[in-house]
Amino acid sequence: MHDTKIKLSDEVERHTLTVLVDNEAGVLARVVGLFSGRGYNIESLTVAEVDPVSRTSRITIVTSGTPAVIEQIENQLRRLVPTHKVTNWTDMKDGQKAGIEREMALIKVAGSGEKRVEALRMADAFRARPVDTTHASFVFEITGAPSKIDSFIDLMRPLGLVEVSRTGVAAISRGPEAM
Amino acid sequence: MDKDDTLTLEAATETLTGAQMVIRALKDQGVTHLFGYPGGAVLPIYDALFKANDITHVLVRHEQGAVHAAEGYARSTGKPGVVLVTSGPGATNAVTGLTDALMDSIPLVVLTGQVPTHLIGTDAFQECDTVGITRPCTKHNWLVKNVNDLSRVLHEAFDIATTGRPGPVVVDIPKDVQFQTGDYHGPQAIHHRTYRPKTEPDAGAIARAVEMMAAAKRPIIYSGGGIINSGPEASKLLRELVDLTGFPITSTLMGLGAFPASRPEWLGLVGMHGTWEANNAMHDCDLMINLGARFDDRVTGKVSAFSPGSKKIHLDIDASQINKIVHVELGIVADATKALREIVRVWKAGKHKVQADGLKAWWKQIDTWRQKKSLSYRNSDRLIKPQYAIDRLYALTRDKGEVYITTEVGQHQMWAAQRFHFEEPNRWMTSGGLGTMGYGLPAAVGVQMAHPDALVIDIAGEASVQMTMQEMSTAIQYDLPIKIFILNNEYMGMVRQWQEILHGGRYSHSYSEALPDFVKMAEAFGCVGLRAERPDELDGKIKEMLSVRKPVLFDCRVDPTENCYPMIPSGAAHNEMLLSPDDGGEISDAGKMLV
Repeated sequence: MHDTKIKLSDEVERHTLTVLVDNEAGVLARVVGLFSGRGYNIESLTVAEVDPVSRTSRITIVTSGTPAVIEQIENQLRRLVPTHKVTNWTDMKDGQKAGIEREMALIKVAGSGEKRVEALRMADAFRARPVDTTHASFVFEITGAPSKIDSFIDLMRPLGLVEVSRTGVAAISRGPEAM
Repeated sequence: MDKDDTLTLEAATETLTGAQMVIRALKDQGVTHLFGYPGGAVLPIYDALFKANDITHVLVRHEQGAVHAAEGYARSTGKPGVVLVTSGPGATNAVTGLTDALMDSIPLVVLTGQVPTHLIGTDAFQECDTVGITRPCTKHNWLVKNVNDLSRVLHEAFDIATTGRPGPVVVDIPKDVQFQTGDYHGPQAIHHRTYRPKTEPDAGAIARAVEMMAAAKRPIIYSGGGIINSGPEASKLLRELVDLTGFPITSTLMGLGAFPASRPEWLGLVGMHGTWEANNAMHDCDLMINLGARFDDRVTGKVSAFSPGSKKIHLDIDASQINKIVHVELGIVADATKALREIVRVWKAGKHKVQADGLKAWWKQIDTWRQKKSLSYRNSDRLIKPQYAIDRLYALTRDKGEVYITTEVGQHQMWAAQRFHFEEPNRWMTSGGLGTMGYGLPAAVGVQMAHPDALVIDIAGEASVQMTMQEMSTAIQYDLPIKIFILNNEYMGMVRQWQEILHGGRYSHSYSEALPDFVKMAEAFGCVGLRAERPDELDGKIKEMLSVRKPVLFDCRVDPTENCYPMIPSGAAHNEMLLSPDDGGEISDAGKMLV
């Protein structure tokens, strides 16, 4: 039976979805074109081939919308011909979110004196490590939940934040099962 | 050749050129008709076609015409329509037809030529990014860069176009791939890696649907194009379901013919130009049974006021349609034939009974709505009313056996949908979702190719028909006696009607100025031209049209100011219909924003 759980809330929610697709030419354009063509948001997008033998790619998308829109997005993604599977990591399973989400960022901070010392101290507290160091700057590598990276970036802003590069979210299920 | 017969034939692989593979795959898929237009990037395929005797190629005059003709062919036969066009402009001209077919779920396989692989991306002559352009207007598409993939892709293309929710697909074939030789595999080897349309209904959902139907006091069946697409068996089962329950039934534009218009349970068309009884029944029902329709905005009107008191069942083969527009209590994702067969079986097996008292009162209410006679109009003895013209066309074609109707888009289309009554599925070809002016004439070409002895009429408007009328030349070339019945009101009638109602009667650029003399034009093409200007000559002229075994262009001069009623104005609910110009009716600002 089709799942018709009542989803009439108008509240906009953020959801992380993973689409496992055949890695054929143009498959990313299909997914992205679906979002732009139907007016859905993409807050972040992460794509890579995950199995070169079976030629499958994993596309993880952070999107936002009302529960009805999120349900539409999942159904529309399932409708694409090269789609193997669609999973929503934000849906609850056994009292917690179904998936673990991580993101990596490279963050450049420039400055001197007290601010420079403070930036290094904060980085240590966030387990961000410097991967490029000059007398005038650091590049920090940080990994964690997107909210942790957001917090770190906010803290770096007054300390000489120059540039941010984020990978977007990678997600995987908890426990022994695959998605 | 029947498709099933071929499945066992083609076990061995063979070495063929890409072009030969195309023709071979078409034959193996049972294709007998191909609508196309040659050009530089498909010359090898046309060369292979030159030697193929068992595929009839229909040379159109514009690639849009090829796609609409293939749509008419597909919708009237249940088989996929096949198109062959060249690269660049050949492909871009096909885009309107592809989008039309996607919106109306018409199975098409469109083959496009492409510049040779080493020129792709260099802005070569007649190059365009065909798969990029057609990605959002196809169910799926492919660019085949390796000749050894070609036969697999072609067979997958037919499978995807025709199964699940049908739709158009594009296979883009570079010219060098057409020349190369490789291994050809027959259709039996296809097993798609990901594509698994769900067609079997869930038993629990069927049981619940039957329970809801047995409990309903004010039910209505709202059927759509999905019943037609599922095949004639679905229409039979739909009739059986109505026999068992006595439920009233209405239908979308795309679903006309699935249920016979002559039966008492038939309430007529639903939606913006639907009947008073159909729309009021939709609004006041306690159970809506949506069978293969998609709650399109032409049907729902104002969604927040759409059938507010009812529970809703939605049967659709496409899971993404369920809860897309209207929240439903029960969704059934399945092929309509399979689901209806189960509903009928479970209803009979459980010896279910309808709520007889409730249903009786409901029919009494529906009969009072019917008394409104919402399709009535004031006739004239001076001017031909367009409604009168359709009524006479309908009456005078009753003894003509199989009658197929195509339409263009606008007022004439709505009058045809309201007044030309259908008893069988696959007899009505119209552009519903996209609303493509220029659809009807080429669609009639495709229908007549498939049904050479049937009567095929394009009910047209003088504005729409000018968009694709070069296809009259195709009709002459292939000796297709299509009848193009133009309700000529010298206006883009539906635009004019909206300008009258919404824009203070400022008829901005909607007058069909500088019209051709349609009779002379018909003669210039080699067709027969006829004109009727007065009501008293209409019957004679229609009979003359029907007696001619040639394409006819019929210029029916109708009242230029007539509007199409009933009408649900934009932004209004089903119970706020306008029945005539005297009804007035304020349109809200939000309503004016809608199309």
